[in-house]
Amino acid sequence: MIPAPFEYVRVRSVDEAVAALTEHGEEAKLLAGGHSLLPIMKLRLAVPSVLVDISGIRELSYVRVEGDEVAVGAGTRHSELERSEVARTEVPLLPHTAGRVGDPQVRHRGTLGGTVAHSDPASDLPTALLALGGTVVVQGPGGRREVPVTGFWTGFFETALAPDEVVVEVRVPRTGGAGWGYEKFTRRENDWPIVAAAAVQGRVALANMGGSVVRATATEEALARGASIAEAAALADEGTSPTADMHADQEYRRHLARLLTRRALEKAAA
Amino acid sequence: MQVSITVNGQQRTDEVEPRLLLAHYLRDVRGLRATNVGCDTTSCGACTVIVDGLTVKSCTVLAAQADGGQVTTLEGLTGPDGELHPVQAAFRAEHGLQCGFCTPGMVMAAIGVLADNPDPSDREVREGLEGNLCRCTGYHNIVRAVLAAARSGPAAGRVPQTQEVEA
Ligand code: FES
Ligand code: FES
Repeated sequence: MIPAPFEYVRVRSVDEAVAALTEHGEEAKLLAGGHSLLPIMKLRLAVPSVLVDISGIRELSYVRVEGDEVAVGAGTRHSELERSEVARTEVPLLPHTAGRVGDPQVRHRGTLGGTVAHSDPASDLPTALLALGGTVVVQGPGGRREVPVTGFWTGFFETALAPDEVVVEVRVPRTGGAGWGYEKFTRRENDWPIVAAAAVQGRVALANMGGSVVRATATEEALARGASIAEAAALADEGTSPTADMHADQEYRRHLARLLTRRALEKAAA
Repeated sequence: MQVSITVNGQQRTDEVEPRLLLAHYLRDVRGLRATNVGCDTTSCGACTVIVDGLTVKSCTVLAAQADGGQVTTLEGLTGPDGELHPVQAAFRAEHGLQCGFCTPGMVMAAIGVLADNPDPSDREVREGLEGNLCRCTGYHNIVRAVLAAARSGPAAGRVPQTQEVEA
């Protein structure tokens, strides 16, 4: 399988990337690790006429503490996040989840900004980010703006990102020693989750239970009222709208959401 | 577009289409056919090569993305006198292959595992090779081969070309 022809533009800075997106409009797509984009281009599900390669912008690759938050550059590869000592100490849910993405070869290429911008409802890291809270920092022709993660993933492969904007950073609160859990159900270890649940500090997010990653709000409200983990987890699928596919029907996904939420909350409480 | 890529220590500049995948560049432009394309969907790992020191699936990387980089394929592992890389030797000694289709990717992925972790457990080898499928299902001997390679010494995790060639 070979992608349809496109023009390839390599940029060295975010400003250059924004300029290229402004010039080419909706025809252009950003290329970072390429592990979401190239597969769908090979299937011709995406046929961009211009690819703007931002993978050479090394200053987008960092993990650092800034005040109460950890800032992760959008170009940070999953393998870099997985090994980051700063991340492991300050926000351990994130590097753990990075290590659960795909397989080592995939983690060597995939980037945090790429998975955030792609908005696949089954993706691991957006699920962890939604549970953590925080913001996605994006840059466009008018400068930078911050979008809360709760409003970033708007639907199936849809985000709050404008066509001429680039994800440059993700900021999450430092959770330090607070308990956390990430539970993912797959048929093979390196698959996408059929359902996954991330839990930290009383917040729970679910993968593959709707058009985008979603919070288990009924569970969170029950926990806030003082319900037990078992009681709260039994509500995890409330308000979700999972799809059916060859891996699981809706009822099975709902069951998994309740089960994985309970396990994630138990890990977080342990 | 032009790409200039060092493969197994040899740099060359070629005119390629931007959409050319690294796997096809290696096989068709550079004539190096050890790298196999199995699934073409980032699943099987048969196309695994090492780019700038890290294992990647070359069916999901553009040749353009390797421009200016260092690529090592299975062909680059063997010494000038035909001496096998320790991981290759271990695959042979431990019967780590049956039909051999997955083997080039398995060997490259195994070197990546050992580069990260020179003394892995059985489980760590299995997790490290999670991105590589063997349709002959000879996984036990593959894992045994990687563990034997690890015991043979630190050279098992070394990628020859990235060290011999100056950046
Ligand atoms: S051919 Fe590349 S992963 Fe299967
Ligand atoms: S030896 Fe045949 S596919 Fe692995």
